[in-house]
Order: sequence, then C-alpha cells, then structure tokens
Amino acid sequence: MGTLKEWIFTTDHKRVGVLYLIGSLAAFAVAGIMALLMRWELTTIGPTLTANPTTYNVWLYAHGAVMILGFQIPALTGFFANYCIPLMIGAKDVAFPRLNAFSVWLFYVGIILAILTFFIPDSPDIMWTAYPPYSTITSGNTALYTFTVLILGFASILGGVNFLTTVAYMRAPGMTWNKLNIFVWCTLAAFVLQLIFVPVLGTAVTLISFDKYLGTGFFDPAKGGDVLIYQNLFWFYSHPAVYVIFLPFIGVVYEIVATFARNRVFNYKMVVYGGIFGIVGLSGVVWVHHLYVTGMADWIRIGQMVTTLLISVPVGFTVIGLVGTLYKGSISFETPMLYALGVLFLFLIGGLTGIPLAITSLTLHLSDTYYVVGHFHYVMAVAGTFSIFGGVYYWFPKITGRMYSEAIGKLGFWITFAGTNIVFWIMMDIGVKGMPRRYYDYAHFPQFENAHQWMTGGAALIGLGFALAVLNWIVGAIRGAKAPDNPWGSQSLEWSTQTPPPPGNWKDVPTIREEWDPYAYARP
Amino acid sequence: MRNRPIVAAAFAAMASAAHAADVIRDPAAGWDYLWYEVLVDISILGIAFALITAFFVIRYRRRAENEVGKAGRLTAAAAVGWTVIPMFVFMADDFFLAANGWQLWNTYRQPPANRIEIKLESGMYSWDYTYPNGVQTQNVLKVPAGKPVLLRMTSRDTIHSHFIPDFRVKEDSMPGRVTYLWFYPQKPGEHIVTCAEYCGIMHSYMIGKVVVVPEAEFTAWYEQEERKLAGGAGQPKKAGA
Ligand code: HEM
Ligand SMILES: [Cu+2]
Ligand SMILES: [Cu+2]
Repeated sequence: MGTLKEWIFTTDHKRVGVLYLIGSLAAFAVAGIMALLMRWELTTIGPTLTANPTTYNVWLYAHGAVMILGFQIPALTGFFANYCIPLMIGAKDVAFPRLNAFSVWLFYVGIILAILTFFIPDSPDIMWTAYPPYSTITSGNTALYTFTVLILGFASILGGVNFLTTVAYMRAPGMTWNKLNIFVWCTLAAFVLQLIFVPVLGTAVTLISFDKYLGTGFFDPAKGGDVLIYQNLFWFYSHPAVYVIFLPFIGVVYEIVATFARNRVFNYKMVVYGGIFGIVGLSGVVWVHHLYVTGMADWIRIGQMVTTLLISVPVGFTVIGLVGTLYKGSISFETPMLYALGVLFLFLIGGLTGIPLAITSLTLHLSDTYYVVGHFHYVMAVAGTFSIFGGVYYWFPKITGRMYSEAIGKLGFWITFAGTNIVFWIMMDIGVKGMPRRYYDYAHFPQFENAHQWMTGGAALIGLGFALAVLNWIVGAIRGAKAPDNPWGSQSLEWSTQTPPPPGNWKDVPTIREEWDPYAYARP
Repeated sequence: MRNRPIVAAAFAAMASAAHAADVIRDPAAGWDYLWYEVLVDISILGIAFALITAFFVIRYRRRAENEVGKAGRLTAAAAVGWTVIPMFVFMADDFFLAANGWQLWNTYRQPPANRIEIKLESGMYSWDYTYPNGVQTQNVLKVPAGKPVLLRMTSRDTIHSHFIPDFRVKEDSMPGRVTYLWFYPQKPGEHIVTCAEYCGIMHSYMIGKVVVVPEAEFTAWYEQEERKLAGGAGQPKKAGA
C-alpha cells in the first residue's frame, strides 16, 4: 500500500487519481449530509430542525457548491481522468506528473476551504450561484466562496493542460485518434471546456468580492454597474460546467455498457464527432436559458431558446449511441452495469424534462421552482453520481486488486434507485404546481406538506443506498477476494496490464495492432 | 371535388382566427395548452427510447459465459444515415416546439392596450404596488376582473421575482432595471404571490396576494382610496396587509 508520506508526495497518476477519489467522496459525504439536513428541515411546515432560516441557507449553499465543485467535477475529471486515461492510451504516466501532484494538493486546499464554511461564524449564505446584490450585502462571507472557486478552478485548469498534452503526445504506438476510448474523448472535451470557461467564472466571482470588500461597483447600479452582468458571466461558465460533468459521466457509462454488453460502440464516429464535438460547439451559446425571467432582451431569449433546443441533437447522438451499443450484445448485469442502465433511465427522464425548460414561455412559470431542482437532479446530479458509483465499482478490481460484494452492490443500487425516483419525481410534480426553490419554509403552500414528507423518506433511502456502496468498497478493498487481471472480459487497454497496475503501468509499452480497438469483440 | 367542405371549413376557421385578433389571449390558458402539448411530445420520445432499451436488454442478455456481442461495424452509408436521419427528426421536433414556444412568448410579452398599469417596487421583504392614481398598497394587489394587468417592476435592494403560480407567470425585479409582466384575471378570487428569486434570509416568507374583485367593487374601492389620498395629509397612505 505504501506509507502515508509516499501517498502525499506521489506523482504516480494512479495514486493521484485515488487521492482525488478519496477527497471527492469526503466532499460528497459532507454535501450529502447537508441534503439530508435540508430534507429533514422541510418535513413539516415551520421550524423542524432549526428555527433560523440562515442555517438552512448555509446548508443549501454548501450542498450546491460542494456537490458540484468539490464532488462531481473532481471525481470525474480528477479521479477517472487520472486513473484511466494513461492506462487507456497506453502511456506510462501523464505528461507533467509533478504538476498533477500539485493539482491534487490544490484540490485538497479547495475542499478544506469549502468545509471551513461550517467552522466560521459568518458562513456564506449566498447559494452556489452567489448572485449580487445579495452576495455583496450579506453578512455571510463572500470571500470564502471566491477563494474556494478560484483554487478549485485553478486545480482544474492544471489538469486540463496536463491531459490535453498527455493524450496529444503520449499515446502508445499505433493508438490512433479513432481508437481512443469514448471516455478519453469525453474527458478531453470536458477539459477543453474548462480551459475556455473557468477563467470567466474566476472573473465573475473575483468581481463580487471586489464589489463587496473594495467598494467597486461592477454589479451595483448606483455606481454605474449592472446586476445582470454577473449572471451572464456566471452562466457563461456554469452552463458549460454541466457538460464538464455530463461528458465524462456519459463516457464512463459508455465504457461500462460496452464491456458488459461485450459489444462495439454503436456508430463511434457519430458519437465522437457529432455528439461530443457538437456539445462542445453549442455549449457556449445557450447560457441565457438560465436568465429567461430576468428581463433580458426578447431577441436573445428567443435566439437561445432555439440553440438550447438544438442541444437535443448532439445529446440525442450520445443516447442513440448508448442504446445502439446494446443491440446484438451479450449483456450481463453486474453492479456496474445496473448503475449504467440506471444512468440511462435517469438521464432520459432528466433530458426530456429539460425540453419544457428550454422553451422560454413555459419557463415563465417553471423557472426557480422545484420543477427545475427535480429536473437537474435527474439529468446531472443523480445521473452523474450513479455514473461515478458505477465507474468506481467497474474499475474497483483494477484499482484495489480485490473484488467487492456483488449482493451488497446490487442491494445498494436498488435502494438508491427507488429513493431517487421518489424524491425527484415528486419534486418536479410540486414544482409545476408552484412550489418555489430555496425555501426554508412553505407556510403558504400547506398542500405540499405530504409531498415533502415523502421526499424526506426518499432522501433517507438514497443516503442508505450510497452508504452501503461506500461500505462495500471499504470492506472489499481490505478483505475482498483477489481479483483477476480482467474480471469482466473487457477489450479495453486498461484491463490488459496486471492487477493492480505497477508504477509505470506496463512491463513493455503496448503496441497497438491494426485490427484492435477498445470495443472489438465480435469475431469475424 | 369531394374535398370542398373541408377546404371551406379550413377557410372559415382561418377567417374567424383573423377576427379573433382583437380578442385578448390569456397567457395562462396558452401556457396550460403548450405544457400539455410538450408533455405529450416528450412522453412519446421517452416511452419510445425506454421500450427499445428494455427490449434490447431482455433480448440480448448473456446466455453463455464466453459469449460475446455479435454486432458488426456499420457501413459508411448506414453510419451517415444513422446520423443524419435522427438529426432531422430531432431538429424537426425542436423547430416545431420553438415555433409554438415563440408564439406563446409573443402573447406573454405583448400586453393588450386596455390594460391597467401598476408599478411594483420590491424590497426585503415586501411587494409595494403603486396604482396610476397614486394609491399605494403593500403585499395586496387588488385588480378588477376582466381587465389585463401590467406590472412595471423594479427593486430597491436585492433581486426578487414576482411569481403568481395561478397565472403562470413570473419575472425578476431588480435594482437599476425595469422589467414587466402581465396577466389576465377573469374571475373574482384570490391568488398567491410568492418570491421566486433568492433574495435574503426571509425569502420564503415574502408572500402577497392578488385579489380579483368585480369591476364595480374595484372602481368603488379605487375612488375611495383616491379621495383618501387627496383629503389626507398629502402622504401616500398604505392600504392592505
Ligand atoms: C443524493 C441525494 C440528494 C438529495 C436528497 C438532494 C436534495 C436537494 C435539495 C432538497 C435541494 C434544495 C432545494 C431547495 O431548497 O431549493 C437541493 C439543491 C441542489 N442540489 Fe441536491 N440533492 C442530492 C444530490 C445532489 C447531487 C449529487 C448534486 C450534484 C451536483 C446536487 C446538486 C444540487 C444543487 C446544485 C442544488 C441547488 C442549490 C441552490 O439552489 O443553490 N444535489 N438538493
Ligand atoms: Cu444551462
Ligand atoms: Cu425572495
């Protein structure tokens, strides 16, 4: 296993990856507990757990910010990218191993900052979106938010530089671009988005702290500023950010589905050049769908309604590719595959319920209600988390050299899956009926109390299922049966090295044969 | 020409639609209609995908341990076909929905001429309305049935959003900008107003109501408040909760 010091000062991409995993799962636990506290608070009308609305607002801030910035983005572009990409392209390590180690340290600084929220007296209560003027007049600590975002953003940019270089220059001989795993393409695309858009977010969050602490007026109309500039900058990053989450998570699902169906990826070039490239191309021109009710000019609201609806084309390609991969496959249903099929189901519901939200006029009613919260948990939050859990299960034997318990794995999946649908289906339903989001209390909507109670129960199920999974990993890593090199019978390159992979990954750098690709199962 | 009656009926429908142009279209009714239409649309897509997936999962389950998938590579023509055809299907649906969405949008953004126009200033944590004659109310918006109501909105502190779920409409109010929304109350009754943009600690308690009363009752109230204003100390007086 190595000493603690070896782990902290490691430059091995696999260990860096595992450090990312441990940190992001810790962040998930913290943010998940916040979700449970919020659900507990909402069980009854009036105060349930706390009589202070600010306490709820801090939980909600921490839940949103930590889930996105501390859990999903680092787990997907930190852990999976680090662990899998060098193995998938046949490299010995990443291009800049020390930069890589530095980025994981920065990531830990970032989540420590985020968790400081609970230990300072003036915890931020500004929501993960931090809209001014509230974020510039609150007594909550806006600077903590600014620095958390800057540090985590910086860590991610270092990762981006590193992985673009690695894939461009360190592929094994014979590993052509069209033989890359879908996951590799997806992650590259996500990093391209991070490199382009993170600086915009950095600017936005820096300027709110300038406004608040240095007295500038970028977003203050009294000083000639404009409150909407912030929202435009913020969503100019944060819409692409949902693809920074979506792309790697669908990439993980592709790997799982191809392996457990032992089948080629359906229409690989459509998925890569139509789906992934298309999403990158459109990602920068749809942000106004987050500003449909802010009184932006009509022409841009209508224009971006059309671009937003057109996202269905590349996203449709990725879904068709996934479903098509099942066609004539040989499908088995171990835990990773259950999670992958779960993602497909959740993403289908989440994606389709996004279509009403693309339509400007329907949004005049739906915006900022629980419908939106239900929709994005389906499409991104829970679908992404299922993909992360499925992916950890899938590569677990390679990472630890041991097997987990299949029975506990499946049990955990079904419990979470049931809870998810209870919580987020009900959420969308009461949202359409008018329940607004970010409400500490719903005294004037007593008709929703029953629904809120069901959601709290469902959330407890979700928590139980995820806890079972994490427990399963811990026990499996310590006492599981020894895993063979390639337990699933996958063609993908990372399974061809020994388990667990040695430092440097290969005894001899693999040479890629002409007829091989990571999905070449059918024997002609 | 067996089709004549159908053509004639179509023309008649178009003609009456043209006449209906000066009839006020209710955005809330339009919303309900479009919502229903979109639900049908996405349900068809969802069920189709779910059924195909379920079929594949059952039909192609693994039957022997060493079995592998049998799908071959697509020919170039099939690969292009499988890209271009879904693309056109999705785009057709997108443009169909966009066209419907835009039409309803025009209803929402083009308030009728015979409207009553009321100013709204939001603040932490109240809705302050000012009527054309200077009468002011707080958290209670009294309006006559049968008349379109337009709110011109701004905010004195943070961003709020004036959401009336029953009328299917909201729009943010914010400092430094003026925004508007309109709705069409047709029957007397009360409707909740609730804040839909996180504006501070008491966000979830920022409520009010729209009270729709018969036209005559409204006029009586309106004139009485106006007289109070004129007779009072010159200070606008707040009525309501
Ligand atoms: C797994 C169980 C989860 C539960 C039960 C849950 C529950 C909730 C609840 C109750 C809210 C707040 C509703 C409100 O007051 O407006 C919320 C908001 C949110 N959740 Fe989750 N959530 C879960 C997982 C996640 C995950 C995995 C993510 C990852 C991205 C996530 C991201 C968010 C975000 C971004 C918000 C909005 C925060 C805001 O309004 O500023 N959630 N969630
Ligand atoms: Cu978006
Ligand atoms: Cu509010």
